[in-house]
Amino acid sequence: MTQDIYIVIEHLRGQVADISYIMLAAARELAQSAGGNVIAVLLGHNAKELAANFAADQVIYLDHPALADFTPDAYQKALADLIQKNQPRAVLFGSTSIGSDLASVLSIRLDLPLASSCRSFTKDGKFVSQICGGKIMAEGALPSPTALVTMIPGGYKSEEGKSTQPPTLTPAEVPALDALRVALKNYVEPQAGDVDIAKEPILISVGRGIQNKDNIALAEDLATALGGVVTGSRPVIDQAWLPSSRLVGKSGKHVKPKIYFTLGISGAPEHVEAITDSDTIIAINTDPKAPIFDIAKYGVEMDLFDLVEVLTEKVKQAK
Amino acid sequence: MPIRETFWNIPQWAETAQYVLGFITAVVFVYGIVRRVMRWRQGQPDKRFDHIGARLRTLFTQAILQLRVASEAYAGVMHLAIFWGIIALLIGTALATLDWDVTHLFFGFQFLKDGFYIGYELTLDIFGLLLMIGLGMAIYRRFILRPKRLQNPWPTLTRDDAYVLGMLTLIAITGYLVEGLRIAVTQPSWANWSPVGNAIAALFIATGDPTNRILHLSLWSFHILIAFTLLASLPFTKLFHIAAVPTNIFFHSLTPAGTLSAPRSADSVGVKAWKEFTWKQILDFESCTRCGRCQDVCPAYASTQILSPRNMMIKLETHIWEKANGRQLHSDVITADELWGCTTCRACSEVCPAFIDHLSSFVDMRRYLVAEGQVDAQLQKALANLGRYGNSFGQSERMRAKWTQPITSKIKDARREAVEYLWFVGDYASYSPTLTEITSKTAQVFQKAGLDFGILYDGERNAGNDVRRVGEEGLFETLVEKNVSVLGKCSYKKIVTTDPHSYNTVKNEYPRSETSEVLHYTELLDQLIASGQLKFNKRLGYKVTYHDPCYLGRYNGVYDAPRRVIEATGCELVEMPRHGDRAFCCGAGGGRIWMKEAEVKERPSEARVREAVSLDGVNTLVTACPKDITMFRDAVKTTGNEERLAVKDLIELVYAAL
Amino acid sequence: MNIVVLAKLVPDLVEELTIDANGNALDSSFARLIINEFDDHAIEQGILLKERGGGSVTIIAPDAEGADDVLFTAAAKGADRLIKIKGDFSNVNNHALARAFAKVVSGIKPDLVLTGVQAHNDLDGALGPLLAELLEMPYIGYVSAVSINGDKVLIKKEYPGGLLAEMDVQLPAILGIQAAEEPPRYVAVSKVRQAMKTSSIEEQDASNLDPCGGSAIGRMFQPEASSHATMITGSPDEVAEKLVGVFKELGIV
Ligand SMILES: Cc1cc2nc3c(=O)[nH]c(=O)nc-3n(C[C@H](O)[C@H](O)[C@H](O)COP(=O)(O)OP(=O)(O)OC[C@H]3O[C@@H](n4cnc5c(N)ncnc54)[C@H](O)[C@@H]3O)c2cc1C
Ligand code: SF4
Ligand code: SF4
Repeated sequence: MTQDIYIVIEHLRGQVADISYIMLAAARELAQSAGGNVIAVLLGHNAKELAANFAADQVIYLDHPALADFTPDAYQKALADLIQKNQPRAVLFGSTSIGSDLASVLSIRLDLPLASSCRSFTKDGKFVSQICGGKIMAEGALPSPTALVTMIPGGYKSEEGKSTQPPTLTPAEVPALDALRVALKNYVEPQAGDVDIAKEPILISVGRGIQNKDNIALAEDLATALGGVVTGSRPVIDQAWLPSSRLVGKSGKHVKPKIYFTLGISGAPEHVEAITDSDTIIAINTDPKAPIFDIAKYGVEMDLFDLVEVLTEKVKQAK
Repeated sequence: MPIRETFWNIPQWAETAQYVLGFITAVVFVYGIVRRVMRWRQGQPDKRFDHIGARLRTLFTQAILQLRVASEAYAGVMHLAIFWGIIALLIGTALATLDWDVTHLFFGFQFLKDGFYIGYELTLDIFGLLLMIGLGMAIYRRFILRPKRLQNPWPTLTRDDAYVLGMLTLIAITGYLVEGLRIAVTQPSWANWSPVGNAIAALFIATGDPTNRILHLSLWSFHILIAFTLLASLPFTKLFHIAAVPTNIFFHSLTPAGTLSAPRSADSVGVKAWKEFTWKQILDFESCTRCGRCQDVCPAYASTQILSPRNMMIKLETHIWEKANGRQLHSDVITADELWGCTTCRACSEVCPAFIDHLSSFVDMRRYLVAEGQVDAQLQKALANLGRYGNSFGQSERMRAKWTQPITSKIKDARREAVEYLWFVGDYASYSPTLTEITSKTAQVFQKAGLDFGILYDGERNAGNDVRRVGEEGLFETLVEKNVSVLGKCSYKKIVTTDPHSYNTVKNEYPRSETSEVLHYTELLDQLIASGQLKFNKRLGYKVTYHDPCYLGRYNGVYDAPRRVIEATGCELVEMPRHGDRAFCCGAGGGRIWMKEAEVKERPSEARVREAVSLDGVNTLVTACPKDITMFRDAVKTTGNEERLAVKDLIELVYAAL
Repeated sequence: MNIVVLAKLVPDLVEELTIDANGNALDSSFARLIINEFDDHAIEQGILLKERGGGSVTIIAPDAEGADDVLFTAAAKGADRLIKIKGDFSNVNNHALARAFAKVVSGIKPDLVLTGVQAHNDLDGALGPLLAELLEMPYIGYVSAVSINGDKVLIKKEYPGGLLAEMDVQLPAILGIQAAEEPPRYVAVSKVRQAMKTSSIEEQDASNLDPCGGSAIGRMFQPEASSHATMITGSPDEVAEKLVGVFKELGIV
């Protein structure tokens, strides 16, 4: 039994996911109240160097060919073994395609309590979860003995989870990874060919509030005037009003533009999590209670159709 | 002494041959008719034998006088000329037969003689000419002008058109030639009374006998032969419309246009294969003359060309005669895109000279698509919302009356207090953020007029007009049940609606007990103005034009009330070329407003806005339907006419003039 | 192929949500419940699999207002068997729910269990993986395509940025469906009514609902609106002017 906070690092094909750094930042806060260390758990194969910029007190490294790519079975086994042996105070997982496959299973397997959709921790070590599309927050004491927690972005900046000081890396023994019931066959790449919105500095992002495909032109005009690119929330991409390469959010791209300008986006957590690294978020929405205003730097409560054309004109004049 | 010399120059064998041929013709003709009728009878039952008197009256005005056909100048003159030409010649032939084969044969006298005979000859000569003129117009239009609406989807139809016109023309020409030759040989003293025949005779006199006699006999035989051929082929060609159209007119629906017939059985899932249509619907298909009038007025055709009501009828007609070849009614014959394209504006049925009820078949086929879940994503979302929340916006019922919040004097809750007028506000007027200002003005006008009214607050549901026309009958029933159960608990005298769509269904499709009197708000305003309850202080002096909402105008005949109200506000009304029952739909109806928009060159709403903009000095387009406002305000923007044309609800004029 | 789909109802976010008097749970008496949208996708995926490869589809839902509707709607889409678990499920956590499901599901001996990848009110993990571990079946979530291949299923799992992983999973297994291969189909009201007449709902009692493994919630609250954004107000013209000012400050214009 220790007071250490473990973070299950997520990485895909040689890239550490942003959520890992966010969790490292969160763990720092939690470790302070719990009085333990921040320990990153890296599972992989020949993947040591991924840990170089982790802001962690220690990295436990589990190396095994079966851990090279994520498959739930192998990861669950390796983690179950480690958690059982070390009994940390908490283990943080991403509320993601990887972490969600692990935390619930381990909760039952190890008979440990689980808190999901956690966005941040309070100073006194309580978890604060965000549910119901961001409309409800739930707060609770970190359960004992070892709390399994899945985390959503929004509470911490990924930069805070990075460090220039390489942490110490401790290899740990990997249990036998046999009788695996899931096998990775291959990866299917997304269709490429469009601009990479993750690298664009100015994004005009449209949501369901734009109403239909024809109105996208309004955003295009503004984007052209500002020298930016149009992106969208999932409903907009689902309707094929914009190509899938323009999707911002959990299932799309994480973006870090200088300006993220939203038109009729409510600010659902799956969307918001991918935009928190933006320098300045400006939101236009008719609903004063829209959660997007919680993270935006500037907000305008107005019908976008009343504003956008006027704004485009003014921008053109200013140039 | 002038007398009709029937069978002049016709030897006995030819005369006998004519009777034999006549008999064969009759057999083929009857077979053809029976074959058609048998096909109709494969359809489902439908009671259409009520109100015989009313049916006969329409038959007279529309099949004999052909008032609707005549409403178009060129086509009207053309068709009436051909029609009356043929009728007169038929009567002529019948009289001749009577004269010769009855009175002469059995009673030994002829009545076609003296003055009567001279009149007979003259009349036939003139009507023959009329027929020629009509045929000439038809040929010129169909084969030289070739307007779009007459172009056929496949060539056999064009052959059919050509056959009928060609045969009729040949009959008319050979008839004249036979007459001319007879006159040329016999040179009767009364020849001048057959001006055309006499003129032709003049050409032949020089030829002289016996050539003329031989020519006469050959042409006579030819004339008889083609006349009988045409008659025998009538049930197999487009000429069949002579029989089908009057039948269709006689049996046309006498229920209000706004009452759509329900599916034929409780768990009916609409029409999947043609035999599930009623016999009357099949008769509709068979009656189409391919005149194309419906296509000309169809907003769906104008904007996308995917749907043409004319082509729908043609395809359905062809389909019911197809030998079993595996072609399915849905997708092979009629595509979902065609069916979803229809705005249910009813412009097609309004102009159809054959009184075809296009929508009853279209909706029956849509019902099948809905049952199969073949609806586009947006429509699915709207229907799911309507099912869950009772509105297409997907908002909570509790938000329905949110628009009332800024209004200072509270609007009565009709569920709690008795009211004189129960105001059924409707979805768009309640939820659409761009329309609530108008709705609130309506409330204020009612209040200023001292009206005792109330609304249902969160008890109201979408009335279901367009849900029904989308083909989702089950959902329509659910919505009706919910509304009726709320209405049943209220005490009121009359219902007034904002939305013409709600108006239509509540007035024509809801159970009578709950809807004794239903008014559109324009009708109510008209009454209030007439009774002096609503008085204006200002005369606005705008020059405006008015768009008739389909479900107010064409469906319910409310054309004058809104116009009177406009005039009462001191505005000058300038009509658009297409107004009244010819008003061009905005494109929103029949659930179109919920569906994905097809790629179009020009939306119906844009065409309409351009029509309004083209009127001299008009700067305001007035209408009386929330969906129209939505569509036109958008179209004003997309056509770049924001500066030139304001789109206003009638109530805004009234409010401003108070 | 014996396919089981789990469906649960969640509060409709269209309505204002309220916290109950104790301040640590949603007030379920006011909330309108609707099917968890991902479960709707799971049902669709189940029906698609049946249509493609045969088999039977059983839908299991915990009792709640609207559960019958969810079940009959699934029947109208093509589900063969409907089971409702009786019990008081208001404010019960997913651990308890998973245990209740486990008892019913193990009785059916399914080859494949589908459920929505998550629900918006999950506070103790998603239902699917909890159940999978209780039944000792493999679990994969974020699945957006499934094809059955003998005693295995080949699935597509979604990663951020549109990347997909194809994985082979040994049956019996549980999949957390993120999106069905086709959007959930529309069922006409008349079809649902027909299903009400022709199919029946079996009821099974929940074992004791054991919430162990969840986390106690001390306090629930609604986040304050507009806590961060500086609101720019005025007419569209004025707002546009001010925004251009912001752009200038940021050096964009
Ligand atoms: C596993 C998972 C992955 C997901 N991945 C993503 C993802 O990658 N990206 C993503 O975006 N979503 C994702 N979602 C969906 C997400 O939950 C939301 O449903 C979505 O982001 C909502 O999009 P929206 O804000 O455009 O629409 P809505 O939530 O419907 O918001 C529309 C907003 O527009 C406003 N509005 C309406 N009209 C106007 C007007 N005229 N002027 C101004 N404002 C107006 C409204 O007030 C409202 O706030 C995911 C969900 C799940 C469960
Ligand atoms: S109802 Fe209107 S849209 Fe539909 S076919 Fe007729 S004219 Fe066209
Ligand atoms: S449906 Fe009526 S209007 Fe249309 S082509 Fe046929 S006969 Fe003419």
